[in-house]
Amino acid sequence: MTIAPERETPAWPIVNGAQYEGSRIPSPVPTHRVMPESLQTNEDVMRINFGPNHPSTHGVLRLIIDLHGEEVVGLDAVIGYLHTGFEKTMEQKTWWKCVTYPERIDYVGFQNNELTFVLAVEKLLEVETPEKAVWMRTLLCELSRIHSHLIFLGTSALELGAVSMFWYAFREREMILDLFEMVTGQRMHTRYFQVGGLAEDIPKGFYPECRKFVEWMPSALNDYLTLLDRNAIWLERTKGVGVLSADDAIALGQTGPNLRASGVDWDLRRDQPYLSYDRIDFQVPVYVNGDVYDRYRVRMDEMRESTRIVDQCLRRLERMDGEPWIVDDRKIVLPPREELHTSMESLIHHFKIVTEGYRVPEGEVYVATESPRGEQGCYLVSEGGPKPWRVHFRAPSFVALEATATCVHETLVADLIAIVGSLDAVMGDTDR
Amino acid sequence: MSYEALPGFAEEKDAFGETTVTIEPARIRDACAYARDELGFQMLVDIVATDYLNWGGRGVSGYIATASGRDINYPSTQGFQKLPQLKPKRFSVAYHLLALRRPPVRVRLKCWLDDGEPIPSVVSVWPTADWHEREQFDLMGIRFDGHPNLKRLIMDDDWEGHPLRKDYPLGGEPVRFSDAQ
Repeated sequence: MTIAPERETPAWPIVNGAQYEGSRIPSPVPTHRVMPESLQTNEDVMRINFGPNHPSTHGVLRLIIDLHGEEVVGLDAVIGYLHTGFEKTMEQKTWWKCVTYPERIDYVGFQNNELTFVLAVEKLLEVETPEKAVWMRTLLCELSRIHSHLIFLGTSALELGAVSMFWYAFREREMILDLFEMVTGQRMHTRYFQVGGLAEDIPKGFYPECRKFVEWMPSALNDYLTLLDRNAIWLERTKGVGVLSADDAIALGQTGPNLRASGVDWDLRRDQPYLSYDRIDFQVPVYVNGDVYDRYRVRMDEMRESTRIVDQCLRRLERMDGEPWIVDDRKIVLPPREELHTSMESLIHHFKIVTEGYRVPEGEVYVATESPRGEQGCYLVSEGGPKPWRVHFRAPSFVALEATATCVHETLVADLIAIVGSLDAVMGDTDR
Repeated sequence: MSYEALPGFAEEKDAFGETTVTIEPARIRDACAYARDELGFQMLVDIVATDYLNWGGRGVSGYIATASGRDINYPSTQGFQKLPQLKPKRFSVAYHLLALRRPPVRVRLKCWLDDGEPIPSVVSVWPTADWHEREQFDLMGIRFDGHPNLKRLIMDDDWEGHPLRKDYPLGGEPVRFSDAQ
C-alpha cells in the first residue's frame, strides 16, 4: 500500500504565517543560545547566574545569561531544582491513591492535571462517567483555568512594575479558591475528581455562589484591561518583545496560549473535544504577533471565554439535581457509606478497594487535555494490576521553557523577565 | 492513514483508539523525518521511555502472576486473570506525534531497546526533542546518538544511576562500608 503525500494539506490551522524570516531557533542545541564569535573574546561580556532563587523566575528556574551591556547575547536554562520524583512515586501507589499526585505536579492548574490522569485511567478501564460529573468537571477545570491565568496576570504584571495589578488579580483568585473550598473542602489540591466521577455530590449552596462569581468576573476583567491595556509603560514593555513565529512555535512543540499567541488556531477543547466541550459554545482567541503582549491578550480573552463556559455549565448543572455524580460500579468505586452497616457485599467491596485497590486492564494510553498552559498529556502503562507500571506526564511548562532561548533574540535583560513571565511556566510542572 | 511506508516499519497495532507503530530503532530518525514531511505530523508532543524489567514478574508493583504461571497461594492472585503479554526487549521509547488538522491525528512510534543500546536522536527533525531526550537519558538511561548536548537535565550532573529504572532503589543512601570490611 502506498501513502498519498499529504503535503498539499492547507496551511490550516496557521492564521498568519511567520512573523519573521527563517528560524531563530539556536543551533546546534535548540535550547542554548551561544554568544556570537565576535563577542567570545570581548572582556565586557559578563556571565550572570539568574536564579534559581529569584522572585521573577516563578519558582526555581535558573538561567545562565551572557550580558553585553544590557543585551542578552547568550542563554542557557537549567532546570531540575524542584524535581520530586512524582513519576517514580506513583508507580508504588495503587491507582486510586495516585490521584492526589498529579495535582501537586502543576500546583497552579491543579484540577486540569488531576483530570488528565483520571481520564487516562478511565480510558484504560473503559468507564463512562455520569453526565453530572462530566459537566461539573468542565466547570471546575474552567475555574481552574481562570485561577491559573489570574496568577499569571498578577505575577507577570508585578514583575514589570504594575504592582496594583497583583492585588486585583489575587482578589478574584480568592473568590475561586473559596468556591473550591466550598465544593471540596480544600482550597488547592482538591482531589475532587475520582475515577468514575466525582468524590462527593455538589453542595447545595454552590450554584448561587458560583453564579455570583460568573456575574462579577466580566467587570473585573474590564478593570484589568483598564489598568493594563491603556498603560503606556505596560505596552512599551510587552509589545514586540520575545517574538516567536508560528513555525518556530510548532517546531519547539509549543501548545496552549503560547501557540495561539503565535497565530496558530489550535485548542484541544475544540479540536479534540473531551468532557462536554463539544456541547458548549465558546471562542478560541488567536493573536498573530507572537510577542509578550499577545500572550497576555490570549490569556485575558481566555478568562472571558472560561467565564462563559462556567456560566453554561452552571445552567446545565442546576437542572441535574439528584442525578448520580459517580458511576455505580462497585469494582472501582467505593460503596456509599451508609450501606456498610447493612450490606456484607458493600463491606467486602469497600475493604477490597481500600486495601488492595482496583485492577486496571493491561495496556498503554496517552490522554491529552488543554490545561491552562497547553497540552497536558498523561502516558500510562498498566500491567493489569492494582498499581501503574509507568506514569509519565507531558508537561506544557517543560516545553514552554525550551522556547526561552529562541525568544531572547536581541533582547535586553529587563525584557528577559517579561519573556520568562509570559511563557507562564510552573516549575513544579517542569521538573515533576 | 497507513504507516507501512515509514522507514523501518515493523508492526502497526490499534488499542484503546490509539495507533502504535513499531519502528526499528536504527531508523527512527528517518521515520520521524518521513512522518513530518510526508505524513504531515508537524509536532512532536512527547518522548517517553518505559522500563519493562521484570514485567509480569513477582513482587513488583501490580503483580498478578509470573511468566512461569500463577501462584494461587499468593495473596491477591485469583488465578483467573490473563498473564501480561511479554515484551521483546527491556526498554521501549515512545514518540507521540501530532498532526495539526481537523480532526487531529495522533500516532505513537515505538522502539524497543536493550540496556545500553543507542538510538538515533531526532533533535535535527524537531528541536523540541532536545529536552525530552535529555530527560529520558537522565531518568531512564537511554542513549540518544547524535544529540548535540546529551547531559543530565533533571538530576545533578554528578548523579549516579537512572532513577526511573525499575532496578533503582526507592530510598536509602549509599554507605561506604559493608559486612566484609
